[in-house]
Amino acid sequence: MLPSLTLLLACQLAGELAVRLAGLPVPGPVVGMALLLAGLAVRGSVPEALARTADGLLAHLSLLFVPAGVGVMLLLPRLEREGPGLLLAVSLSTVSTIVVTAVAMRLLLKWTDRRAPDAAPEGEP
Amino acid sequence: MIGGTFESLTAIWVYLAATPLIGLTLTLVAYLAGTWLQRRAGGSPLANPVLIAVALLAGVMLATGTAYETYFAGAQFVHFLLGPATVALAVPLYRQLKDVRRAAPAILGATLFGSVFAALSGYGLALLVGAAEETARSVAPKAITTPIAMGVAERIGGLPSLAAVVVILNGILGAVVVSWVLNRTGIKDWRARGFAAGLAASGIGTARAMQVHPQAGAFAALALGLNALATALLLPLLMRLVG
Repeated sequence: MLPSLTLLLACQLAGELAVRLAGLPVPGPVVGMALLLAGLAVRGSVPEALARTADGLLAHLSLLFVPAGVGVMLLLPRLEREGPGLLLAVSLSTVSTIVVTAVAMRLLLKWTDRRAPDAAPEGEP
Repeated sequence: MIGGTFESLTAIWVYLAATPLIGLTLTLVAYLAGTWLQRRAGGSPLANPVLIAVALLAGVMLATGTAYETYFAGAQFVHFLLGPATVALAVPLYRQLKDVRRAAPAILGATLFGSVFAALSGYGLALLVGAAEETARSVAPKAITTPIAMGVAERIGGLPSLAAVVVILNGILGAVVVSWVLNRTGIKDWRARGFAAGLAASGIGTARAMQVHPQAGAFAALALGLNALATALLLPLLMRLVG
């Protein structure tokens, strides 16, 4: 577990450095994810220990958002005046974005699946 | 005797309040309570563990008058793991690499479309409910990860702190409704479902997708990364067109 955790942190660090040095408009950890993905693609497989560590971390991904969420809840009373309208606007925008993106992706996937019909996608009913 | 007990209890409390132990332990306990409640509710997305944990913790802090800084001194250890966990998303993504490669044109198209739609619908609807221009501009980058959303909000004339609030609200809302909304559309393809969750509700949506199906989780992770990039590049240009 320790080597895998070190690898994850090293990728994050490399990502942060790349973002700072090149002025990239993405978060350091996202660049770290791209670096690790490239490394795995070159290697051709996921080391078992890394798979265990990654799956362990990601099994409780929701937990990691709790501290930031608490900060938000404590700020909410300050939004007294604009809060209810804003909540409505954000809710409508979230729901419509989910629908529009899923429909667009479904239509585009029909097209790309037709282009390369060899491998049937997993998860289709 | 009783006074002595009280004094030693006070001493213990003073000691504990100065360590990060309480904030950290309470975060885990509240989250476990959230997952327990979700199991009891038959896995209902309405009983979202993040929402439950946040409500419990905020309640405890308001009741005890604890400052966020005190709580965060402990909770930061959990918060810190967001970085390595984001990097770890490469593993589920790699497992789906064949499907991802094949769907690359669809992924790029849906990213562009979804990114623009998320930002403009947020901005437009906020103006429609009577929000100030500055507020509406803070809502526009709501679908991307917090640090980038704050940077973008600042660049387009919004408030970074408000943008952070909106991102988290948007994520929790998205994670709670996403399964229900997608079931109404009749879309069963896990790639499209996961992608929509990650694009519309970034990290918390990805966590939800991960919980539901591995392929949905991988496509959500992809949408999260690409949407951050697309929104950071496109939104400042779009807002200049809007005025």
